[in-house]
Amino acid sequence: MKVVLENLTKIFPSRDKKSGQEVIAVNDFTFEIPDGQLVGLLGPSGCGKSTTLYMISGLQKPSSGKIYFGEDDVTELSTENRGIGLVFQNYALYPHMTVKQNIMFPLQNLKGKDKLTKDEMLERTENAARLVQIDELLERKPSELSGGQQQRVAIARALVKMPRVLLLDEPLSNLDARLRLQTREEIRRIQKETGITTIFVTHDQEEAMSISDIIVVMKLGVVQQIGEPQSVYDDPKNLFVAKFLGTPPINVLEGKVENGKVYIGDDDVLDVAGVEDQDVYIGIRPEGLEPSDDGRLNCTINNIEVMGRDASVVASNSASLNPVVRAIINSDVRIDTTKQTIKFNVKPHKFFLFNKETEERVYFEVN
Amino acid sequence: MVESRHQWKAWLYLSPAIILLLIFTVWPIFNTLRMAFLDGYGNMAAIGGRTFEFGIDNFVKVIDYKDFLLCLKNTAILCVATVPISTILALLIAVALNSIKPLQKTLQTIFFLPYVTNSIAIGMVFAAMFNIVGLRDGGTNAQTWGIINNAIEFFGGEPINWINAGSTYTANIFVMIVYIVWNALPFKILILLGGLQSINKQYYDAAKVDGTRKFRVLTRITVPLLSPMLAYVIITGFIGGFKEYSSIIGIFGDKMSAPGGESLNTMVGFVYDALARDRQGRACAAALILFVIILIVTLINNKFIKKHVHY
Ligand SMILES: Nc1ncnc2c1ncn2[C@@H]1O[C@H](COP(=O)(O)OP(=O)(O)OP(=O)(O)O)[C@@H](O)[C@H]1O
Ligand SMILES: [Mg+2]
Repeated sequence: MKVVLENLTKIFPSRDKKSGQEVIAVNDFTFEIPDGQLVGLLGPSGCGKSTTLYMISGLQKPSSGKIYFGEDDVTELSTENRGIGLVFQNYALYPHMTVKQNIMFPLQNLKGKDKLTKDEMLERTENAARLVQIDELLERKPSELSGGQQQRVAIARALVKMPRVLLLDEPLSNLDARLRLQTREEIRRIQKETGITTIFVTHDQEEAMSISDIIVVMKLGVVQQIGEPQSVYDDPKNLFVAKFLGTPPINVLEGKVENGKVYIGDDDVLDVAGVEDQDVYIGIRPEGLEPSDDGRLNCTINNIEVMGRDASVVASNSASLNPVVRAIINSDVRIDTTKQTIKFNVKPHKFFLFNKETEERVYFEVN
Repeated sequence: MVESRHQWKAWLYLSPAIILLLIFTVWPIFNTLRMAFLDGYGNMAAIGGRTFEFGIDNFVKVIDYKDFLLCLKNTAILCVATVPISTILALLIAVALNSIKPLQKTLQTIFFLPYVTNSIAIGMVFAAMFNIVGLRDGGTNAQTWGIINNAIEFFGGEPINWINAGSTYTANIFVMIVYIVWNALPFKILILLGGLQSINKQYYDAAKVDGTRKFRVLTRITVPLLSPMLAYVIITGFIGGFKEYSSIIGIFGDKMSAPGGESLNTMVGFVYDALARDRQGRACAAALILFVIILIVTLINNKFIKKHVHY
């Protein structure tokens, strides 16, 4: 089932009468989610991710715009008739019901021609439980489960009535780091197995990048960029997206373009073509900085952090907007730390220019 | 931990409370026990220098006494009828109040008003509302005066003699049930509304996503999640019901019956009557019996609740 959002907008009226500031939680969101894909909605806190999800679920009404499931316009359809499964940020498992009762609950609500017999319900409940590997825990109460198990119960409850669309609101935010890794793989596996179109909200870019087919980066209610994780990472449209994706974060430095050269301070670090002279922000991915004796960017060396396979060179440069300039290199490469300065060459495809006013990407050709 | 050297300070700070408790709680309880087991104890007689044998004569007398069984019956009927009715009504009203947004505060205040109104005063108003069928101007036209009978007549029914001379026991008890339920509602609504407002709204969103119908949401989600508050309301309801007294005075006056009708006296009323006749021993015995009954009912309640309260 593909999901189409058309100029979707949500405006919350202002609470206090004096300031009269209304909140535009989601602003003119247009996007077509292909059938069977896993989409990650990504952005900082308060950017409208949950609101988007709740509008798709029908729990909140859009102020304007339309939502289609396949060819059906579901904008006016009530939640229970949309055929969605929703996993809440804190799971919202019914505390007084066992795992089994929780999962079976949506089935017991079916009426009319969809009504199931007891045996059918039991079978589907057990299938859903098996899918998320909690079939051992069916008789427990939610309070007797770990966070990860609760989350799987919530997914099973969302899946059991075979929804057309599965929506997950920060499903991993309550889990510890290990369990997070494990459960996100599991979400991926379940999604692949069921083939249900899934929309998944997170503010953790790594999480979104690692399991999504498509990511949507949002900021203050406005969609910044949509695409495959790798291509968004490799080709950010603006400074916000570039800064939001990647760990460690991208190095951002002030500089300018003059006569076909990009300057950081007094160093001309790259020759470019097709760019007008202007002040720019320069984004360089940590893996885009190569220490080299004939490097064109001079930095002061602070220290080296070795992390097994990779090492991280921590340096400083007066033009840097981040506290440090960081380069990720192979840990076999030897760096002479007795010297004060280190010289870097930049890899052009890891090197982005952004207009200083608009913070939009300035494209260039390498000379 | 307080150093033992300084413990006397702790006791000093506690002493006002302890002394008050000893005088007004511990001693009366002890004294009640003592008097209950002194055969035929009475204050006046005690002052006159009589001594009393230790024994269970008071209890035997109380149970033998036909008024006692009547009081027990009245109390039990009022309890058993009013607690479920008022709890269910309070639940429905609380759910309704919780779901309407405009005027919510005003409505809450209105529903809470009976709680801060004197029960004797309310009783008198009820008495007026349930007043008699009577003859106006000594004429032959039967005319109802109470608003309830007026309403019944308006809808074409026969007026009923609720509380006046010649009224039946059933009619009397019915009025008492209506009154007690109405009087019990505000406290229950307040507690349940507080409980409702503390239920995480996401459970209702989840129920909506799961396509749950309204009635099922009430029975399968709201009631279980509210069960601790419901348990509290039911237990205190029973305890209050067993102590019912002033409401009957409010409607029927200190005779506690319709003129010439069967007595509506309750357990507490029985205790007061015995006290007024200088039968303190018997009063204490009755009070202890009431205590044991309340204890047993509460234990049963607790057992039931353990099974059905979910967390
Ligand atoms: N019911 C509401 N009334 C008014 N404003 C709201 C309401 N719900 C959300 N908002 C505002 O809308 C904006 C987007 O909120 P939303 O919950 O969608 O953020 P989010 O991206 O999910 O953030 P988080 O990562 O913190 O969950 C925020 O500025 C928030 O304050
Ligand atoms: Mg959110």
